[in-house]
Amino acid sequence: MTRYNDFVIKFANVNGSGSASANSMFAKALFRMGVPVGTRNIFPSNIQGLPTWFEVRVSERGYLGRRDGVDIMVAMNPETYAEDVASLVPGGFLLYDSSRPRPHELSRSDIVDVGVPISTLLLTEFQDPKQRQLFKNIAYVGVLSALIGIDFDVLTGMVSEQYKGKDASIKPNVHALEIGRNYARDYLDTPLPIQVRRSNVVGSRIMIEGNTASGLGAVYGGATVCAWYPITPSTSVAEAFETYANRLRTDKATGRKKFAIMQAEDELAAIGMVIGAAWNGARAFTATSGPGLSLMSEFLGLAYFAEIPAVLIDVQRAGPSTGMPTRTQQADLMSAVYASHGDTRHVVLIPSTPKECFDFSADALDLADRLQTPVIVMSDLELGMNESLSEPLVWDDARRYDRGKVYDAEDLDRIERFGRYLDTDGDGIGYRTYPGVHPSKGSFFTRGTSRDEYARYTEAPEAYIENMDRLLKKWETAKSLVPRPEIHESSPRRAYGMLYYGTSLTPMQESLDLLAADGIHLDTLRLRAIPFADSVFEFIDNHELTFLVEQNRDAQMRMILVNEGEIDPAKVVPVCYFGGLSISAEFIRRKVTEYFAMNKLARISEVKR
Amino acid sequence: MTFVAKPRVHHPQLKLNDLGLTRRDYEGSVSTLCAGCGHDSVSAAIVQACAELSIPPHRFAKISGIGCSSKTPTYFLGKSHGFNSVHGRMPSVATGANLANRELYCIGISGDGDTASIGMGQFAHIVRRRINMCYIVDNNGTYGLTKGQFSATNDKGSTSKKGVPNLYEPIDLVGIALQLGATFVGRSFSGDKGQLVPLIKAGLLHKGFAFLDVISPCVAFNNHRGSTKSYDYVRDHRGDVVAADFVPAHDEIVADYLPGAREDVAMPDGSTLRLRKLAPDYDPHDRVGALAYVQRKQEEGEVVTGLLYLDPDAADCHAILETVDVPLNGLTDVDLCPGEAALKSINASFR
Repeated sequence: MTRYNDFVIKFANVNGSGSASANSMFAKALFRMGVPVGTRNIFPSNIQGLPTWFEVRVSERGYLGRRDGVDIMVAMNPETYAEDVASLVPGGFLLYDSSRPRPHELSRSDIVDVGVPISTLLLTEFQDPKQRQLFKNIAYVGVLSALIGIDFDVLTGMVSEQYKGKDASIKPNVHALEIGRNYARDYLDTPLPIQVRRSNVVGSRIMIEGNTASGLGAVYGGATVCAWYPITPSTSVAEAFETYANRLRTDKATGRKKFAIMQAEDELAAIGMVIGAAWNGARAFTATSGPGLSLMSEFLGLAYFAEIPAVLIDVQRAGPSTGMPTRTQQADLMSAVYASHGDTRHVVLIPSTPKECFDFSADALDLADRLQTPVIVMSDLELGMNESLSEPLVWDDARRYDRGKVYDAEDLDRIERFGRYLDTDGDGIGYRTYPGVHPSKGSFFTRGTSRDEYARYTEAPEAYIENMDRLLKKWETAKSLVPRPEIHESSPRRAYGMLYYGTSLTPMQESLDLLAADGIHLDTLRLRAIPFADSVFEFIDNHELTFLVEQNRDAQMRMILVNEGEIDPAKVVPVCYFGGLSISAEFIRRKVTEYFAMNKLARISEVKR
Repeated sequence: MTFVAKPRVHHPQLKLNDLGLTRRDYEGSVSTLCAGCGHDSVSAAIVQACAELSIPPHRFAKISGIGCSSKTPTYFLGKSHGFNSVHGRMPSVATGANLANRELYCIGISGDGDTASIGMGQFAHIVRRRINMCYIVDNNGTYGLTKGQFSATNDKGSTSKKGVPNLYEPIDLVGIALQLGATFVGRSFSGDKGQLVPLIKAGLLHKGFAFLDVISPCVAFNNHRGSTKSYDYVRDHRGDVVAADFVPAHDEIVADYLPGAREDVAMPDGSTLRLRKLAPDYDPHDRVGALAYVQRKQEEGEVVTGLLYLDPDAADCHAILETVDVPLNGLTDVDLCPGEAALKSINASFR
């Protein structure tokens, strides 16, 4: 029986062999046929030579989380051949280059071998050895097009688009595709029982990396200063900002730029530049990952205490220390929320999709100005560096930047006496002024040391306590300004709930469906920001028990929830995956089911009509 | 420390600048440093320089790190915003501030601990980037606030107050600034206002990174016999190479009586910087020569002061980055937001 639009295909390659563009062409072709795809790059911390994999989950139902068990393996790396063969499900298909003999001891009787002499086929067609190497990748895409039914026109169209202006490259690429397709058609048993077919499920959605969307969000959100230090997996945020700012923010007449990008000497300098720029009235941001966040913590404490806006996009990877720098995790939460010595609390926004990366980047710039404090956007490698299906990005042209409470020269003329840290409006947020604003009023001294409401240095306990309490009041104010949680509750409410955040959204619907099939039905709440809205604690209160899915070892979000909401820890059961791959629906299902079994919790089976 | 607040009234004959303001309009709050601290003299020189330049007293951005020196921005230019930031990180904060608003005069104040130890990395990189600012190090060779430990600029063999010699090689900030591409490098002495004030003026007007290493003795911990950063030692061992005189735009430039020994440099605001060579074999436009000269004299036990190097035509960071003339913090939604129509075509590029 033929299965349509529902399989996992994995490409095993050697890092630096040019496979990335061919693999992404494959995924994009399916996307263009309207079929939902989830892509994952599993790559080493290496430039050339080490193994790398590209996984595509194809699912008409939109189950785009990682799934164990590969249906089609494109095994192009001899070094990992054994484990690649082993990862196939029984009945799976193994596509390999049959130009050279394979180690027979590794063959499996329960899978289907699809050998194509790719190297041999290309040998006579291309003279340049470098081209032969590159076109191997294109050729297996051609083979796949015949095996699983990819529209060939979609592929050739993509080649023409990619090499627009470099027409000499179009012909050999198309030729390589044809070599693969023709071989498959002429010599292989096609089509496979796994097929793709056109669908309208994708609709208007786009396929984009979260980091690209984050960088674009910073352009749309009005950031004029970007200071950063290269670190995987956040580098492409700054690069995207640069690409789009160059395109969209360069004065056409003069060629001059309405932005400044500084590649700093380290993350300390990057956040220092952001804080200096924001103090001086520019919108500024940086992007980093865990090790950078650690380095920035002293400055984050300064910005919290001195009340300076700053936006930091943390694309999380597996820690601690250098950890697994090319693997995903959500393990920076604690160090972000409470970054720095002393009593600090930082506002955190947690996107789950590229669209939210875009929205939260722009929102963070508004929030940082409104709250006069650092705002940290917690993305991760899974979201940042993989192309994901996303709702299109949207900007409301009527939207205006919220620059927060800033007195200009006229305001200063109107008021009797300016006090930078006076809580005039009772929301914990004072009015600030930009340097150079007024000849005689509005200047003040910014410092990380204690001060009174008029920004004068003091070590008086009362003044210090008043100030620290006001910062807590500001934290309360932030609760009503940050993105609200996304809650799905059945009516009547289920007994048990599920909390999750960030990229755990991707496998969530699939895990809920799997659990429902097991008689476990859960209400859900997706956390999108810290400080938590009251509705988060109400949700926990209203359920006998809630599971909390996290991608770290220590259930960091749970610690923060327990701490911030003073809730009973027993009410929140951690479901933690921290192996560095994307969390799968099956993992969540297994953990929750095990808990139910172990604690003899009652399951409900829905009445089938 | 002076506890008596200065009276608001001032002498009726106090000189007015072009804005009709007096030196008093450029002062800050009362210093909390020790009586006789060299840093207070540097602050006073900044006040005088800014007043004489007739720059509006609110158009500065004063940025510092942590330490005695870094406290001083409170004590001058009270009408301007100041930022006492993080230890050793003034350069990055100043970089951000300068990127945000290129129109403000940026003054960075740091110390030898703040710059040559904890802040060495940031110092090196701000020099490379040629941020348009005047970076002043109040250099006293000691950690004052933590009670007199040696700093990295302290000379080898120089002794502590208790007579213990410093065992390690000193870092010469002037040498590093020269090597890393500063376009204005000077060294001066807090005890010589006549030399220091014109250097600060020139440093402020210079378009690019101006570095001033000001030896500024610590009366509490490093002003004893045996210290090479004491008032007496510096007075006895100074060698001046190039003196700078400042001629405002509206003043007539009078011919010098010593032809060949002076050079007039046009400053961006129309004023003139007149350089007078005090050491006949010294060329302040020869970076490599300057570096060699300063190091040779250092070996001979001489502290070279004056305007050591000047490249008036080099591009500053904003020129390198090709930013617009309007300060970035003055750009609005209209300038910055590409709008929904552009986003629609961006979406299309991801299909």
